[in-house]
Amino acid sequence: MIRSDDQLRFTGRALLRQRFRTLMQLIAMSIGVLAVVLLTGLGEGARQYVLGEFSILGKDILLMLPGRKETSGGMPPITGEGTRDITLQDAEAVLRLPDVEAVAPLVVGKAEISRGARNRESLVIGANQAFFRIRHVELARGQILPELPLEQTSPVCVIGETLRQELFAPQPALGQWVGVDAYRCRVIGILADTGTGLGMNMNEALIMPVASSMQVFNTEGVFRVMIDVRSVLAMKSLTASIENLMRERHDGQLDVTLITPDSLLQAFDNILAILTFAIAGIGAVSLVVAGVLIMNMTLITVSQRTAEIGLLKALGASSHEVRTLFVMEAVILSLIGAVTGTALAYVFLWLARIKFPDIPFSAPLWASLSAVLLAVLCGFLFSWLPASRAASQPPVMALQNQSGK
Amino acid sequence: MAAAEPLIRVAGVNKTFMLGDEPVHALNNIGLTIRGGEYLSVMGPSGSGKSTLLNMLGLLDVPDNGQYWLAGADTVPMTEEQRAVYRREQIGFVFQSYHLIPRLTAAENMELPLTLAGIPPAERKRRLAPVISRLGLESRAGHLPNQLSGGQRQRVAIGRAIIMKPNLLLADEPTGNLDSQSGQEVVTLLEELNAEGITLIVVTHDSDMGGRARRRIRMVDGVIVSDSDSPDSGSSAA
Repeated sequence: MIRSDDQLRFTGRALLRQRFRTLMQLIAMSIGVLAVVLLTGLGEGARQYVLGEFSILGKDILLMLPGRKETSGGMPPITGEGTRDITLQDAEAVLRLPDVEAVAPLVVGKAEISRGARNRESLVIGANQAFFRIRHVELARGQILPELPLEQTSPVCVIGETLRQELFAPQPALGQWVGVDAYRCRVIGILADTGTGLGMNMNEALIMPVASSMQVFNTEGVFRVMIDVRSVLAMKSLTASIENLMRERHDGQLDVTLITPDSLLQAFDNILAILTFAIAGIGAVSLVVAGVLIMNMTLITVSQRTAEIGLLKALGASSHEVRTLFVMEAVILSLIGAVTGTALAYVFLWLARIKFPDIPFSAPLWASLSAVLLAVLCGFLFSWLPASRAASQPPVMALQNQSGK
Repeated sequence: MAAAEPLIRVAGVNKTFMLGDEPVHALNNIGLTIRGGEYLSVMGPSGSGKSTLLNMLGLLDVPDNGQYWLAGADTVPMTEEQRAVYRREQIGFVFQSYHLIPRLTAAENMELPLTLAGIPPAERKRRLAPVISRLGLESRAGHLPNQLSGGQRQRVAIGRAIIMKPNLLLADEPTGNLDSQSGQEVVTLLEELNAEGITLIVVTHDSDMGGRARRRIRMVDGVIVSDSDSPDSGSSAA
């Protein structure tokens, strides 16, 4: 019976002394595994990104947008194109309704932010104090917007981290003045690094009182109103009373759309489900491709060496020993290939995260595990089958297999 | 059985291959007795069954029926695993196309049967050294087969065949791929080994080489048509 250290040495020589063949096999196997891990990682990143975008909003928030989409079904309009603006007075009227805890009317636009010689085009959000609480916006330093009547302007603002660095670094920003187009305001707070939500990158944003922003953009209407509802249970009746109120205020016409993040989430649930399904599909297809790749590689190499199997048997190795030698070689090779492929995939995903820090690219554990498992299983099975067949024949058949005839 | 048990006793052995639809009777009721230490050549035209006979004697192939005693044991009912043990302990092979493993050095190729038998490395080294010097391969031991000449390769193959000190050395056209000079050296080597006591059976086309054997067998169409030694073994003629 062959000693196990000799068995390993025999396998090692087979792998190391035929480097080209080993390398080619390793490449084929790692590409198979790489595809599985990388594709599922990219898909999962996209899915997590979409999911994260929507979980920023709380569940007890209503959104009111100008404009009305009459067709039912499908996604509610995110950017309304209403015939009539929603005004700050409308927002105040909504605030007076029972069950409404707070409202945050928003104005969103781009403006040139300048400070001394530095300036840049940036996102400007007109909001009030409630906005910070509703959106869970946190500060790194300073304070949030002061409590003000909605229609009162005030020359103060809170800026995002990126904006602070670009305009002020290395000097402190708090208490300094910045220009917002033709207006000026004093920086009273710096946002904590929170990333994006619903397409707004808060790191590059400047937040100022809503009335001030209306002067900057010279508008009467708000982009949307966030309504904080006291109790989730009141959501349904409140939706109806807000619609009534707005119809009254807008001459009997209902020209606003109310969206609960829940309904938004539900609409996106379909998309998320399809995304999840697609990732599973991508994973399954690439697993099959990887499996076939490894199967062919192993089948070819073991079949090519049928004569060697015959020879080893002629020299007195038992079928069992011969099979063990070849299966071990294939399994070691596919294991190395699988680990290399997984490692490469993780490196690529890491690079992708550096390039796109907002999207959490990472391979699901099930994908990495099943890819490695599949590679080893394929290596085992598809070396075991031909090695078994060759080893169970009388040695003369295996020997003649490659002897030139 | 008598005390002078022959090394090989074959009786009524048949082997048929299907060549397309035609059954080919490669071994037709073969009977043969070979004593330890004999030097035997098997000759005959292509397809006469001489290689099949050699493979069968070497337990590389099994007969369809009949009996084959090797060193007193009936090998036909053996399992493949049991035959593997006999191949390892009793039989050495030399093939026409050498069948060396290309990635192993000459020494590693010769060492392979010892490795497969599970003999520890130190013992392997001890047994390998005299064989290498016996074959005059000291300077070539670390070379890969493709760095060796044909004659050297065949000597490595012979080294591998005798490393386990078998009783029986089977050579299938051992000089078939060699020029006459190297072929001569290989024949001389095989004959020296025979002179030291190993039973040597050579299958060959070459009548010069076949003629050197003390006992010469001629096969045609799966039948032994002449045996220079004993009339009792030509039972198939009946």
